[in-house]
Amino acid sequence: MLRYLLLRFWQSIVLLFLVSLIGFMVLNLAPGGPLSQYALTPGMTKEALDRIAEQMGLNRPLPIQYLDWFWNLLQGDWGKSYRDGRPVLEIIGGHLFATLLLMGSSTLVAVLIGTWIGIHSAVRQGSVFDYVTTVGAMVALSIPTFWFGLIAIFVFSLWLGWLPAGNMYTVGDGSAADYAVHLIMPSLVLALVNVATWSRYMRSATLDVMSQDFVRTARAKGLTPRRVLMKHIVGNALVPMITLAGLQLPTLLGGALVTETVFTWPGMGRLFLDSLGYNDYPVVMGLLMFSAVLVLIGNLAADLLVALVDPRIRLE
Amino acid sequence: MTMLTETPLPPPDRWWRSRTMRRFLRNRLAMVGVALIVGLTLACFVGPYLLPFDDLYIDLRARFAPPGTGAHIFGTDPLGRDIAARLFQAGQISLLVGFFAMLMSTVVGTVVGVVAGFRGGWMGAVLMRVVDAFLSFPSIFLLLALAAFIEPSPIMITIIIAVTSWMEVARIVEAEVKSLRDRDFVMAARMLGLPAWQIMFRELLPNVIGPIIVAATLTVARAILLEAYVSFLGYGIQPPLPSWGNMLNGAQQYLDKAPWLAIVPGLAITAAVAGFNFIGDGLRDALDARSDQR
Repeated sequence: MLRYLLLRFWQSIVLLFLVSLIGFMVLNLAPGGPLSQYALTPGMTKEALDRIAEQMGLNRPLPIQYLDWFWNLLQGDWGKSYRDGRPVLEIIGGHLFATLLLMGSSTLVAVLIGTWIGIHSAVRQGSVFDYVTTVGAMVALSIPTFWFGLIAIFVFSLWLGWLPAGNMYTVGDGSAADYAVHLIMPSLVLALVNVATWSRYMRSATLDVMSQDFVRTARAKGLTPRRVLMKHIVGNALVPMITLAGLQLPTLLGGALVTETVFTWPGMGRLFLDSLGYNDYPVVMGLLMFSAVLVLIGNLAADLLVALVDPRIRLE
Repeated sequence: MTMLTETPLPPPDRWWRSRTMRRFLRNRLAMVGVALIVGLTLACFVGPYLLPFDDLYIDLRARFAPPGTGAHIFGTDPLGRDIAARLFQAGQISLLVGFFAMLMSTVVGTVVGVVAGFRGGWMGAVLMRVVDAFLSFPSIFLLLALAAFIEPSPIMITIIIAVTSWMEVARIVEAEVKSLRDRDFVMAARMLGLPAWQIMFRELLPNVIGPIIVAATLTVARAILLEAYVSFLGYGIQPPLPSWGNMLNGAQQYLDKAPWLAIVPGLAITAAVAGFNFIGDGLRDALDARSDQR
């Protein structure tokens, strides 16, 4: 167990290093590099630009700059926003809650519905229910999330007038019920794709477990089909879903970004787009690195959780 | 499986009469996919010649015309341009971007996968960790950052989409090649003294072509979706060049007044993406020999 944990931890460190390399490469692709912001200032001269470059250490060799940048990242110094001069990590922290709320609620919905659909279509393999949900999942995976959001706004806000078209709360209200009403549409829209993914994987995981020997044994000793399903099959089929949840994190984060834009939800995705619009590169880079680190942590946590619930892995 | 045969092998069946092909043709959903893609491609590349308007013609008396107004079958946009004409023109761009992004990412992914799978060792490990690192970024974040930093043109957008979607193919190919690496035919090729690149790309590659085709088909679907996202957010294909994504860009503010502005391009995207997904899924089932037993 300890060996396994150390190995996974070590792999995550290597990945973090590679992720930071990619991030640094993207950073240096920015037009004019980190200097572009100052180059636009009226009355800026070539000499003044050179001086700023010197002060920022931009005339040093790239590997040195990279090491410096990475070292600062590790110490929590992620730079300052061009827009208002606040530390990048602080700004991201201010938008984290909204994104986690959106992702959390939509994942909860997606897991509940997706698991249910997956189990039922596996048990009744080849039935009408199985066929309809299979095709339905594939269609759901083909619908652009942002477009589905637009259509939902059109139907439920503009046409029926049931739900607010955007934002996280009404200014001046902000009660839990108010949050909940605002949360319904974006989280369901984001859940659509995840329900599809989740039900597909749950279906194949359930089918896998159903064909194993211990299930035959459980049936042979006369357990009721319901007990076999609930106790023996579902429990085991859920284990690979933990890994899937980790692997789905980048997709989920990306989906949250898109959903946030449509519903003007004040989370990390909204911040990312605003910062792009203002050429606020430190925040853009910060969010890029932050989301990747979040994904690495998520995957590590998923692996640890699998090891905790599945003795077969723990004892290895 | 390897076997020394003394009797000559039966002449190979033509590929369109093969069992795989028959399984594919029997798959109703895959046929729906083929129909969708053929239909959309025809509409986008032939349609513009059949319409009375071109995509830049401005009909000022018919601004915000709902679908079915006169000859405007899908209505008009806020400037009075014909949506059908723009949709087909946009479809050419979106489908081409999707196709070429698929081509690029499949080539890169295949080369990385074959080399990593065949070489193994530290080289394979490093390559696959790079794949993992790229997969750690939500692709839409990476895509938007790159698109915002680089002067956007259809070619650059295609390249950027390819940069964020080659990893799946690489993973699939690596796993397949790894499982074939120690087979007898590879041993035989080694003993014949063939250079490594010949073993990789002339002996191993033909044996993993099935999974590559499946992944490539699904990558087209993904690329079309990604193009739609970035263009919708304003960082992709730039107007006046229309794409399905940037047609939706202005649609949000007219949602109450002219919902067809949003509905029509979105349906086109969904149809195209679903079409490729159906085909990809059908191909996967058809190539999987076990699916015959079901």
